[in-house]
Amino acid sequence: MANPTGIGASVRRREDARFLTGRGTYTDDINRPGQTHAVFVRSPYAHARITGIDAAEAMRAPGVIAVLTGADMETDKVGSLPCGWLIHSKDGSPMKEPPHFPIARDRARYVGDAVAVVIAETREQAKDAAELVMVDYEELPAAVTSLKALEGGAPLVHDDVGGNLCFDWHLGDAAAVDAAFAQAAHVAKLDLVNQRLVPNAMEPRAALGEYDRATGEHTLTTTSQNPHVIRLLMGAFVLGIPEHKLRVVAPDVGGGFGSKIFHYGEEAVVTWAAKKVGRPVKWTAERSESFLTDAHGRDHVSHAELAMDKDGNFLALRVATIANMGAYLSTFAPSIPTYLYATLLAGQYKTPAIYAEVKAVFTNTVPVDAYRGAGRPEACYLIERLVEVAAAETGIDKAELRRRNFVPASAMPYQTPVALQYDTGDFAKNLDIALPLVDYDGFAARKAESARRGKLRGIGFATYIEACGIAPSNVAGALGARAGLYESAEVRFHPTGSVTVFTGSHSHGQGHETTFAQLVSERFGVPIENVEIVHGDTSKIPFGMGTYGSRSLAVGGSAIVKAMDKVERKAKKIAAHMLEAAEADIEVKDGRFVVAGTDKALTIGDIALQAYVPHNFPLDELEPGLDEQAFYDPKNFTYPNGCHVCEVEIDPDTGVVQVVSFAAVDDFGRVINPLIVEGQVHGGLVQGIGQALYENCVYDEESGQLITGSYMDYCMPRADDVPSFTVRYHEDQPCTHNPLGVKGCGEAGTIGASAAVMNAVVHALSEYGVTHLDMPATPERVWQAIRRHTPAQAAE
Amino acid sequence: MPCTVSMTVNGKAVSREVEERTLLVTFLRDQLGLTGTHVGCDTSQCGACVVHIDGRSVKSCTMLAAQADGAAVTTIEGLAAADGTLHPMQAAFREHHGLQCGFCTPGMVMSAVDLVTANPSPSEHDVREGLEGNICRCTGYHNIVKAVMAGAEAMQGGTMKAAAE
Repeated sequence: MANPTGIGASVRRREDARFLTGRGTYTDDINRPGQTHAVFVRSPYAHARITGIDAAEAMRAPGVIAVLTGADMETDKVGSLPCGWLIHSKDGSPMKEPPHFPIARDRARYVGDAVAVVIAETREQAKDAAELVMVDYEELPAAVTSLKALEGGAPLVHDDVGGNLCFDWHLGDAAAVDAAFAQAAHVAKLDLVNQRLVPNAMEPRAALGEYDRATGEHTLTTTSQNPHVIRLLMGAFVLGIPEHKLRVVAPDVGGGFGSKIFHYGEEAVVTWAAKKVGRPVKWTAERSESFLTDAHGRDHVSHAELAMDKDGNFLALRVATIANMGAYLSTFAPSIPTYLYATLLAGQYKTPAIYAEVKAVFTNTVPVDAYRGAGRPEACYLIERLVEVAAAETGIDKAELRRRNFVPASAMPYQTPVALQYDTGDFAKNLDIALPLVDYDGFAARKAESARRGKLRGIGFATYIEACGIAPSNVAGALGARAGLYESAEVRFHPTGSVTVFTGSHSHGQGHETTFAQLVSERFGVPIENVEIVHGDTSKIPFGMGTYGSRSLAVGGSAIVKAMDKVERKAKKIAAHMLEAAEADIEVKDGRFVVAGTDKALTIGDIALQAYVPHNFPLDELEPGLDEQAFYDPKNFTYPNGCHVCEVEIDPDTGVVQVVSFAAVDDFGRVINPLIVEGQVHGGLVQGIGQALYENCVYDEESGQLITGSYMDYCMPRADDVPSFTVRYHEDQPCTHNPLGVKGCGEAGTIGASAAVMNAVVHALSEYGVTHLDMPATPERVWQAIRRHTPAQAAE
Repeated sequence: MPCTVSMTVNGKAVSREVEERTLLVTFLRDQLGLTGTHVGCDTSQCGACVVHIDGRSVKSCTMLAAQADGAAVTTIEGLAAADGTLHPMQAAFREHHGLQCGFCTPGMVMSAVDLVTANPSPSEHDVREGLEGNICRCTGYHNIVKAVMAGAEAMQGGTMKAAAE
């Protein structure tokens, strides 16, 4: 065995020791001397004019220090929360981008929109006083669902956004698609809803603002996946604080799943208020508040059509999607149903022509933005459901139909008709591994056995591909990104040979402190316990873009490799000097710097000591020190892909769906820590299964009240709802354009699982003639579907 | 109206004056600084706040500090041995990668220890049913279940060893 803490080893996580003993430090665990507590007054109406705020009684309540409103922020020239991605409509016009103030000024636009903030000595006092703030509302009719918001005469969420239409965008070649459809032997059609979800990281959002009068420095500690992004957006656009006077810290963060990427108003409010009241201000969301105010995910309504020839070869795909943006544009919202969705509509198939239209709509609901997978699960679900419908209608076996249409491995790199170029992937291989894992051929026997017990059984596939590590910056910029999409790293060797790595990536469960340290251990032969990974503090790390889109290892890890390349180059020079050899003769073997063909060698520790104690050092050629920084901007997206197969059993009397087996075969490129990768897959699968069977965010369509506002109404998957999984991966299709060959694994499970489960559910129900069911396949929906399709005499 | 509550927490006697409405979890976190016990919801659903009261698992957001008056409370901070050796269940969670972000972990581990105390050799089904009151958003439960089964075995080993001594 090579290095036991190097690449490919299932190193047990180093962060676990603190988490298992209650010594993690999450934002709400931090308390500062003199700290005050903020509680927000939130709109109980989905849409209302704010005609007056009377805080007099609240101000008299015990412990109250201040009650601040949107008007106070306006006086202080606090700006609007910026949107990080600009989309242009078909006609070339820019998307509508109405202002989004941290505290609403004249109108509240969703239930939970902040209207005022109470700051008091204790959380309880702030909460009590918030009840006493008298807000005069003039309730307005609300546009709640995306479809109704688009109807003529719908209430306008923003007066100057006609028809509530944020943008009307398209991608692909409409004429080529029309021509292909005209020739089709068969067209499969499907209307489907990708329902709205609440991300539900287990740690509720929290923010702690501090201001140091002596230095003029602001510090925001926040539950963020990307502290530098927050510093940039909040400092430059909202509060006007220059970066050298603003520190943003994201300490231990209890899950993100996308929902902690965005810059939220509460962060700006506590930072601003801390200076105003002259004391630290902390806000921690209660779960009910998280339901109301965390950016939600998904919420697409789509129509899709697939044209095929007589042999089932895909000729063209046509998709029209309506995407709900909520009341305001969250940080990356416009990119999700466009460049992270429509560009993935080729899936694993060589469909030659694709055309997608996407209308983004404002509604009186909380903003919608990235949630684990972000656009790609929506694309996968649409394609894979449609392919399953096509298989059922043509009578071609669903595995065979997929195989027939896969982009072959020999065609890589493959240019899709929707902008992306896949670098590697062997989709048939994924399927070949998966079929025996699930005993595909034995399904009929298992179905018969289920039938003897009065149960229905179905098997469903999802063959997915996704695009991770959004990049390169110049391409993203051309598509509307208002930020770069590189990552940073600094690798600092200390004089005695231990190492600190500063990364712009952020870990909120992914295990960077272990995986990233493995990269250093592998490269330099340093024991892993001598490597420290530092992340999440803008005062320590170089400017970094953070963690989302499964980018940490592919982009952040590559930045570390680039910094290590620089360290190695310098270390070689130092070694050459120390060993009195030519630099060209220095080889690095198992972390040792060796003079080729000799037994003369140095460890990196020897070299580091020399670098910092330069008594015998070529100072005229080399600076002292061994500390290098790098920024890595990827050349392309990475393309994780795989084949997920789900088998379900359904009780027709109750409609209860049970996932009886689930196998995931994935190609993540090279795997650094198999234990962590498998854990990412497990978690992703359950989020996908959660969407398929349990989770559904429901607003009342008239009043705009959030119906599913707690764990009593919003069904989170629990331990007894899901099975154990069969997870396999192969590494023979490494990414070709990053130095690690890695593709990313964080979202894959979620992307494949929903489609696989729903395909299995519909397959099980097919004997009743059910051809589609929208998620979630709750017992009630399944039961209704069975009843709807059961002939009256059969039911009797 | 303030009231005085006294209890033993992780083997140490504590006494504090608190508002009557103070929840046990708030008392532990804000008064005693034991921030390992987390708050993940406000409807007693998620289980992030599970502690042991007189040896049984309780969601510490469901009871008032005053209701724990006189009780012996163990939080996640009190589970490992005094010398820092992890409890077998903590060790099993690490070995089997039963945690990711760590937020649900303290409650999950405390629930698991109680589950195994009541049922020393649980089946996978027992474990899944037993942890129904603890929500994890990261792990998909797969490795938590593995960890709890392994932890149960290790705890039995420990119990037998202790009994033999």
